Amino acid sequence: MTSSLTLRAALVSVLFLAAFLGLWHLATSVSGPAADLDPEYAKLVGATASQGTSAMPGPGPVIAKIWSHITNPFYDNGPNDKGVGIQLAYSIARVLIGYLLAVAVAIPIGFLIGMSPLMSKALDPFIQVLKPISPLAWMPLALYTIKDSNLSAIFVIFICAVWPMLINTAFGVSAVREEWLNVARTLEVGTLRRAFTIILPAAAPTILTGMRISIGIAWLVIVAAEMLVGGTGIGYFVWNEWNNLSITNVITAIFLIGLIGMVLDQLLARAARMVTFPE
Amino acid sequence: MTEKFISIEGISRTYPAPGGGVMTVFENLWLSMQRGEFVCIIGHSGCGKTTVLNILAGLDVPSSGTVIVDGQAIEGPSLDRAVIFQSHALLPWRTVMGNVSYAVSSKWRSWSAAEVRDHAQKFIDLVGLTGSEHKRPAELSGGMKQRVGIARALSIEPKIMLMDEPFSALDALTRGTLQDEVRRICLETGQTAFMITHDVDEAIYLADKIVLMTNGPGAVLAEVVANPLPKNRVRTEVHRHPLFYAVRNHIIDFLITRSKTFVNEVKSYDPRNVPVVTPGLPEPSLARGDAEAPARRVANHSH
Repeated sequence: MTSSLTLRAALVSVLFLAAFLGLWHLATSVSGPAADLDPEYAKLVGATASQGTSAMPGPGPVIAKIWSHITNPFYDNGPNDKGVGIQLAYSIARVLIGYLLAVAVAIPIGFLIGMSPLMSKALDPFIQVLKPISPLAWMPLALYTIKDSNLSAIFVIFICAVWPMLINTAFGVSAVREEWLNVARTLEVGTLRRAFTIILPAAAPTILTGMRISIGIAWLVIVAAEMLVGGTGIGYFVWNEWNNLSITNVITAIFLIGLIGMVLDQLLARAARMVTFPE
Repeated sequence: MTEKFISIEGISRTYPAPGGGVMTVFENLWLSMQRGEFVCIIGHSGCGKTTVLNILAGLDVPSSGTVIVDGQAIEGPSLDRAVIFQSHALLPWRTVMGNVSYAVSSKWRSWSAAEVRDHAQKFIDLVGLTGSEHKRPAELSGGMKQRVGIARALSIEPKIMLMDEPFSALDALTRGTLQDEVRRICLETGQTAFMITHDVDEAIYLADKIVLMTNGPGAVLAEVVANPLPKNRVRTEVHRHPLFYAVRNHIIDFLITRSKTFVNEVKSYDPRNVPVVTPGLPEPSLARGDAEAPARRVANHSH
């Protein structure tokens, strides 16, 4: 029953994909009236004006482009022409560094907030004000204080990833069942051992949920951050290709951003399943 | 008789009432238990039984008064006093072995992993869970979960076992077998046990003494019923004993009527000397002054 459901769902997915590609192809294949131009001038104004074809590519050229990027991801022809693999590697590295810093900060502080009602109340106003700030609003401040665009991008990732983890850790820790804590108390378990053997495993599913939300947000934010700081990264690549008016490359990048985001999310989902316990 | 292994001395528990003032759950509670005794406490919900047990466990503190165990006042939870929780309170991310060995390694911190495992295995075997060591609580039935809870409590070799309605969530058949197990283990090891129950038959089968608590707020210990049934009683036969229904009716009468009216009716109540009664002959109130029955009414508990 489940396997046949999976099979049917896969079939419907393929149908949707085919319909989407078909519509896309139809929408981009119509061409307007071709202007009668001097061939030299036509070269200058480009295909849109001279032949009436759209700058929006059809699925064929995009798939070909994706394939060419996948087969040759790591070429480096100078600052404005690097392989998409290199750009993605820069982005992933920035996300991971900022994200791991956020983990290192958010989980201990979340523990503190979750275990201490005083800290919870005292820090709550700060968290409530800082949490809704768009991470990119920090960018000028980061650039001014850190004076390094690369580190500023990492800081922006850190600041956007920290809140969901902090809030989820604090919630998970404060919601550990009283009866499990009572078990630890009747067994005279010390504070540190209790934190690692009772609270951490009990709160782990909630913490991992926060980590999963954070990695998603970090991956959303890195594209915008790299558009601002420039130089390297998939966000810079998208903006650079927009300046080149290579819509094909922009669409390729969009597709790859989605793919990597899905992989990151699935990794965290798998980790979450590992620490989830049935009751 | 005079050895007091556990001595509850004038404890009370009050909470701030919602509209100001204080709400008294119970006050001036006195009770003592001897080593190796099995005491059940019966009373309606909300009379503060669980609070008494939590105070004994060290999980709660009395608003006033103290509890002395083996010559020492209770100052928080202790490995000497094991608790079997109503909800079994197993750690769901640990296996059966993991749950029991967590307790064992908490008690004997310097033991090697092998020593801990061997010791835990003994108690898993004792409660009849051999072969289920690597199952997680979610894979166990309610009765098996409670067996793990019992194994965990016993494994730390406590001086006292505190049980908060340990069998109330189980079906009648499982409950019966677990009652047998607990009784057997307590008799074999000379365990001192304090248990909360709502089940009158369970109390009569298991307990040496049954403490009757009146309704809260302001609950008091009305009586201690000394169980007149022989020590070698068997669960399947216990209801045929000639004194069984006398005890049972006495307790049920208390729960139905006297638990409400006791505080108003009994003027000469002395909380420090809770009357000990042994049902089986006419009601103590009727028998008072009755020349034929003085022996049945045991003298007030000597403090």
